[in-house]
Formats: sequence, structure tokens, C-alpha cells
Amino acid sequence: MALLEVKNLGIAFGGLRALKDVQITIDNGEIVGLIGPNGAGKTTVFNLLTDVYLPTEGTIELEGNSIVGKKTYEITQHGIARTFQNIRLFKYLSVIDNVKIAMNSQMKYSGFAAVLRLPSYWKEEQRVEEKARELLRVFDLEQYAETRAANLPYGQQRKLEIARALATDPKVLLLDEPAAGMNPTETLELMETIKLIRDRFKISILLIEHDMSFVMGICERLVVLDYGMIIAAGDPEEVRADPKVIAAYLGGE
Amino acid sequence: MSKKNKLAPYMKKKLISYLINFLLVVAGFVVINVLTTLGVIDRYIAGILTMVCINIILAVSLNLVTGILGQLVLGHAGFMAVGAYTAALFTIHSGLPLEGFGGAITFLLALVLGGLVAALFSVIIGIPALRLKGDYLAIITLGFGEIIRVLILNLDFTGGALGLRNIPGMTTFNWVYILAALTVYIIYSYMLSRHGRAVLAIREDEIAAEAAGIHTTYYKMAAFVMAAFFAGVAGGLYAHYIGVIAPSKFNFNYSVEILVMVVLGGMGSITGSVIAAAVLTILPEALRAFSDYRMLLYSVVLILMMLFRPGGLLGRSELSIAGLGRWIKRMAQRFAAWLRRRKNGEKAPKKDKKSRKKGEVQ
Repeated sequence: MALLEVKNLGIAFGGLRALKDVQITIDNGEIVGLIGPNGAGKTTVFNLLTDVYLPTEGTIELEGNSIVGKKTYEITQHGIARTFQNIRLFKYLSVIDNVKIAMNSQMKYSGFAAVLRLPSYWKEEQRVEEKARELLRVFDLEQYAETRAANLPYGQQRKLEIARALATDPKVLLLDEPAAGMNPTETLELMETIKLIRDRFKISILLIEHDMSFVMGICERLVVLDYGMIIAAGDPEEVRADPKVIAAYLGGE
Repeated sequence: MSKKNKLAPYMKKKLISYLINFLLVVAGFVVINVLTTLGVIDRYIAGILTMVCINIILAVSLNLVTGILGQLVLGHAGFMAVGAYTAALFTIHSGLPLEGFGGAITFLLALVLGGLVAALFSVIIGIPALRLKGDYLAIITLGFGEIIRVLILNLDFTGGALGLRNIPGMTTFNWVYILAALTVYIIYSYMLSRHGRAVLAIREDEIAAEAAGIHTTYYKMAAFVMAAFFAGVAGGLYAHYIGVIAPSKFNFNYSVEILVMVVLGGMGSITGSVIAAAVLTILPEALRAFSDYRMLLYSVVLILMMLFRPGGLLGRSELSIAGLGRWIKRMAQRFAAWLRRRKNGEKAPKKDKKSRKKGEVQ
């Protein structure tokens, strides 16, 4: 059974059908790329998967359970985490707090226990502190743990956002243009990091990206959107040779 | 066993700082009590100190919503009014003992009841306002503050415009001091927990907070209800201190006065609110000598503050002994460097500030 199964997904904003009949399946441990020209509806797919918008048609199933209509935070707790196209960090908080916040739903102590500083508070805080540092180490960010997130260089901020998404313990990670604004070296480094986290955390990844060398180098499967519809899907090499895809990107008659 | 050892240093450092702060609070308590018995603090000063403590409770609780959660509240005096009237009506009509130990229990019950009723109102207001993203809370609380005032003015059992009289004067300095310290502790310790982090995350970026698995509506409600509770308690303390409460006291101006304390102290800084509440309560009294000009001076002080420290006294940071130590050390180093330069007859390096900033980023 597929991990994430999207069937006949569609959304209409009034008379505008932004997405129509979208089918995406993601298996365990896969890295799938979602590409398409600007305005094709890629981010809208992400927004439907995380309940920013409610789909007008179709189903979304995570491990066989429908997640349509669940709240965003519930979906995150069920195992779909995301990053944003424009970085959305908690800027004035420290790097480690950014990660700890994402671990909130894995902690159980009550507000009462927090105020009285009961043993459960100390135990869980200690556990999360260690876990957050470990995660930062994977991303080579541990030395910045106490730095304000806003003071990190751009590439590191992107990494921190991925680290924060991973801290929610997801099964599927949605990355919205992770390499946007990065220089070639940073992009290469990011490719390695993404492969590493897939293997290490045993998760599947769905990513939106415009950098074709990045997409070709990392994705095992591609889905191409244009005008809200899927025009091609499958192996990266096949997709690249597909005349419809070429027409969508370069224009055709 | 090994787990306990790993836990120890983390806990120990925190516990020591808690202990120091606790001892400071106790020391302050003892000093003020000694000064009172010696007669250094007369009734006038004691009255000001009582109002300082009540305003501290109000400012710190408002800071929880406005500074830390990032939602503007313009009707904090409304919650205070609800708490004041509830507590006062309870002690007047309950028939419970008003003296001695029984009196203390009655008073405590009245304060908690005042807080709970204020919290109940905040739930009713919060449910529609806080489910939305954005600044709806400001408008709704503004309306709430006015509605409560008008309601109290026109109801029979609240005494209308004449106010509620003959409220037993149970609020002593010891009560307000302990409760103010307790409020600061509760809000501070709540802040430094997973719950506080969630609240901060909402201020920073609500959409990202939700994507990180934070139940935003719940945490917004939690902070708002908590703030209303403490405002209610402060109201109860106020009512039993003044003895007569009238609706005109809890008007929009008073809400703004509390807000000014929060802004002046620094949005999100609890210790900043404490200092600002103290300064802004004492300032008008200290300026009494200038009689007619005192409100003018008060405004000038506020304007100067906002010009030179737009982020508030402490900005977003907290005042702590460790931080103070670091600051003194830094200043001492700077002074030593200055002395050295003076001795060698050099001029101050101009790029000093810039290079320091660069160093911080790396």
C-alpha cells in the first residue's frame, strides 16, 4: 500500500479551477519531484495536502486514512511536515527553540506541571534538548544552537527549516523549493543532505523545485503539472523527453 | 541511576537561579516589612507600594497576551472590573468570616472567584476572536471593556454609578506582594516550558507554528484566559484595598495605562513590565511637587522613552542576575580598554561596534 495516496484531487476558487484530477502516489522512502511552470499549481497541491485549503473534490489518504478536513496541526501530527517557499522561521527565537517548538506534540507534560516544575517537566525537557541537538548535528547547525534564527546565513536558514520540519517526526516531508536562492555549492550540499535524511529518518519526500539539475539528480520519480493538471509522470529521463513537458516549458504549437 | 546523573547539571543550574530569585523576593519582603515597623514607610508610601504590586500583576498578565502572544488587548481594565466586582460582592454577601484566619480564606476564595469569572468572560470573547488569524482581539476586547463598564453602571446589584461601597479592606501589603511575586513566577515559568515556546512561536509566525504541529487556537486561548484570570485577581485586590469601587475607574484610559506599562517595559519582557509598572505608578506621585505640570512631565518622559528606546526599556530580553553579571563584566572590560587607550594616548577605534556585530553573526 502506498504511503500517501492522492486521488482525483481538485480545487476551485470560485470559477477558477486551480487544480483538476491530480493523482500522486508516494511509496515508502521515495523522493518524488513535483515540477511545472510558474502558476501551474504546485504550491496549491502542498496547501491542499496540509489543509491550508480544503479540496473541492478528491481524496488524500495517508497510510489508508483520509486526512481531508483535518486541521493543519493535526495533519502535521499524523506525519506530513512541510517547509515554505519563502522561509518561515521563528526569527527572533534561538535555533534550538525553533526545533524544540516542532517537538511540542511529542511532549506530554501539562501547564500545571510546567509551573510547578514537576519531574515530568525536567525529564521531557532534557529528552527534547538532547533530541534537538542531535537533529541540529545532522544538519551541521549545532554550533548555532543559541543563535537567533534570523542571524543565520540564508543557506543555513533553509536547512534549519528542514530540520524543524523533521523534528515533527514526519512520514512524508514536503519541501517547497528547498534550493531556491542557493548557490551551486549550497545546492549540491543540500542534495546530499536530503538523501541523507531520507535514509537516516526513513521518510518519503515530495519536493517542488525549479532547478532542473537538482531535480534530475535527486528525484526517483517526477510529476509534471501545467495549468492545474498532470501532463506527465514517471521516470525523470522519460519525463524530460516527453514532448508535452517540453511544450509546457519552452512553448509549442 | 545514570539518567539521574545526566539530568543533574541541567537541573542544578536552573534550581540555583530559582533559589537566588526566591531569596531576593523574600529579602525584599522582609526589608519592606522592617521599614514599615520602623516607621520609614508611612501609610502614604505603603499605599503607593500596594498600587505598584497591583499594577505589576496587571502589566505582567497583559504582557503575556500582548507581548508574548502578540495579540493586542485594549480592554484589560474590563477583566479587572469583572474580578473586582465579583470578589467584592462575594465578600460582602457570602456571610463568611472577615477576620483572622477565616478571613484570609474568605479573601483568597473571593480573589480566585474574581479571577475565574474574569477568565470565563475571556473564554466567551476568545472563542470567536482567537479562532481567526489577525488582530480581531484588539477590537473585540475594546468593545468588551466598554460593555462591561456600561453594564456595571446600569445594573442594580453593582451599585450603579455610585459604585459599590463598604468593601472590607482586606488587602494588605503582604497580600499584594506575595500575589504579585506569585503571578510573575507563574507566568515566567509557564513561558519557559513547551507551552511558552508554543505561544512564542505563534507570535513569530502563526502559519509556521501550525505547520510545526502547534494547536494555535488552544495556545492563544490558554494565554488569553490566563491573562484575564490574573487581571481578575488584581481587580479583587484593588477592590479590597480601595474599599469603594465605581465603574468609572475601569475605563478605557486605565486599559491604555496598563498597555503603556507593557510597551514601555518592552513587549515580551516580563521583568521589563515589572520595572515599568513600578516606575509608571511611582512617577505621577513623585511628580506631585510640580502639581499642574505633572501630567505634562509624565507625557514628556513617555515620549523621550519611545524616542530613545523604541523597543521599550528591556526590549525582548529579561533582566537576570547572570545577565547583569555579564553586562558588568563587559562594561568593566570596555572601561579597562578605555583607560589603556587614554594612557597610551590613542583615539577610540571607530569600527569597534561594526566589527563586534560581524563577530556575533559568525
